[in-house]
Amino acid sequence: MDERPAVEQSSPLDSLPGDLMMWVLIVSELLVFGAGLAAFLAVRITDPSGFAAARASLSPAFAGINTFILITSGFLAARALNLRLRSRRSAARWHLAGAAGLGAVFMALKLVEYVEKAGEGITTETHPFFTFYYLLTGFHAAHVIAGMVILGLVAWKDDPRNMETGTAFWHMVDLVWLLLFPVIYLLG
Amino acid sequence: MKYQSQKVALAYFAVALGLFAVQVLGGLLAGWIYVSPNFLSEILPFNIVRMLHTNSLIVWLLLGFMGSAYFLIPEEAEREIHSTKLAYLQLIILVVGTLGVVLTYVFNLFEGNWLLGREGREFIEQPKWVKAGIVVAALIFLYNVTMTVLKGKKTAITNILLLGLWGLALLFLFSFYNPSNLALDKQYWWNIVHLWVEGVWELIMASVLAYLMLKLTGVDREVVEKWLYVIVAAALFSGILGTGHHYYWIGTPGYWQWIGSIFSSLEVVPFFAMMAFAFVMVWKGRRNHPNNAALLWSLGCATLAFFGAGVWGFLHTLHGVNYYTHGTQITAAHGHLAFFGAYVSLNLAIITYAMPILRGRDPYNQVLNMASFWLMSGGMAFMTFVLTFAGTVQTHLQRVMGEYYMDVQDQLLVFYWMRFGAGAAFVLGAFLFIYAIAVPRREVIQSGDAVGTPAE
Repeated sequence: MDERPAVEQSSPLDSLPGDLMMWVLIVSELLVFGAGLAAFLAVRITDPSGFAAARASLSPAFAGINTFILITSGFLAARALNLRLRSRRSAARWHLAGAAGLGAVFMALKLVEYVEKAGEGITTETHPFFTFYYLLTGFHAAHVIAGMVILGLVAWKDDPRNMETGTAFWHMVDLVWLLLFPVIYLLG
Repeated sequence: MKYQSQKVALAYFAVALGLFAVQVLGGLLAGWIYVSPNFLSEILPFNIVRMLHTNSLIVWLLLGFMGSAYFLIPEEAEREIHSTKLAYLQLIILVVGTLGVVLTYVFNLFEGNWLLGREGREFIEQPKWVKAGIVVAALIFLYNVTMTVLKGKKTAITNILLLGLWGLALLFLFSFYNPSNLALDKQYWWNIVHLWVEGVWELIMASVLAYLMLKLTGVDREVVEKWLYVIVAAALFSGILGTGHHYYWIGTPGYWQWIGSIFSSLEVVPFFAMMAFAFVMVWKGRRNHPNNAALLWSLGCATLAFFGAGVWGFLHTLHGVNYYTHGTQITAAHGHLAFFGAYVSLNLAIITYAMPILRGRDPYNQVLNMASFWLMSGGMAFMTFVLTFAGTVQTHLQRVMGEYYMDVQDQLLVFYWMRFGAGAAFVLGAFLFIYAIAVPRREVIQSGDAVGTPAE
């Protein structure tokens, strides 16, 4: 067998914070939510007045409070990593607990919103707007729950690399909400 | 051959190639029935021919996967297979079951019998006793390979391979549940069919491809493993909810149209990654393995899988498109190139790599084998194009203009003739492959002095 000289194997991917697989997941998630929002906007073009009427039955105030809650939660998660890097482990854990706790508040408000919508007899089949509303916010809510579990895991196994990986996921959940909120709740 | 028990793979590959021959002859016959619809209609109706064509495909692919596992697991785990006796017993059960299916269907034995009669759900139409046999064989297989891995070295390749094989066997259990509600029936049915070919089989494909790249190119295991994990993550992320692209018109809620469209569009990603992986490994590789045919099949597999499964799949996966193309010849075009590219080529690649080793015929240039690659790939590519054109015409005439199905079929005749020609070329290639694997004892063609090629 002919042996050719080895090629340098290191890659810029190695310098990403946290685990590479988390970044693969984050990119995949952004593709999915991005495609969902693009589809929402495309379908909206076919029926702008119907979409506007359907949107009017949402309460942006609730979602606005939730945006604030999620951003605060992201701030706590970022502080947690900083504290951990300075070896203040228990302070870091408390910050993660706070971040996950605000995630729970977000979910509680979301639940109130869903119950209210269901009470008005609004389902996924009511109007294409609500198909996307339930799908996109529902998928996002599922990620909030997953993120809370992940924050719990990295608070338990708290080496800095784990924490980088876990908080990266949480910031992605944050970012996705910042994209969903204006497009779904505010676009008149 | 490093471990004696790898020899088990030889028997699996031999039976697999036998069924491959049956499959392509069945395909040729079905292709002829398309141009001459009454051919054999009394003795061997089209639906039975089609069933034989698809089922022999699935069985030989499964035998190929199992053979691959028995071949590569000893090398990866660095120990002999737990029990070669069990491996042969398992093969016998599967062969008896396969013969049982063929006889039951061709002669329609035991019609309506709960245990012995045919069942008639496409791809899982085996009588119950055969299904039970398949489960027993699968359990023996899983026990055997899992024990081998547990007692030996664990690598990313064997872990992913085992994950894929376990998933394959567990998902088959859905075939025992047949709800009377037709929508539910279809939903469960796709849990097998879709989650096999666009889920766990991709794990098997990625791990076997990774093994071949490791052996053929000599790239570091660490690099191969990183690619493998990314490919597997992309496959599961897109493939599981991608099942939604089968739920468009079966009676499931409307939101599946968006879930299916979005996630299944991403199914092209793992196939692209596998193609990129194969070529990057070859460019980075430090080793020129003498088995060029195996390398050709590996690269061909990754490329044709990307086009057949990825590109041709995306072509009609969005629900707005699928509304018109559903069940036309577009589907047939995609099905043929996807199965050939992804899973047939994968099996032929590992068989091409393993056979010279199993039969002690290294080094081995396998020019005939490479010729068969071009004959099969060329035939299949031509068939795919022809069926794509046929499907486009069919979609327009039937779904847009509203003409009757059989009137449209008459107008597609010229495409069906060309498809038959492409199929005939493919069958020649398949038999050439089997000949090249089975017969020539020594066939090394030297480049250089004799031919006078310029030095590189």
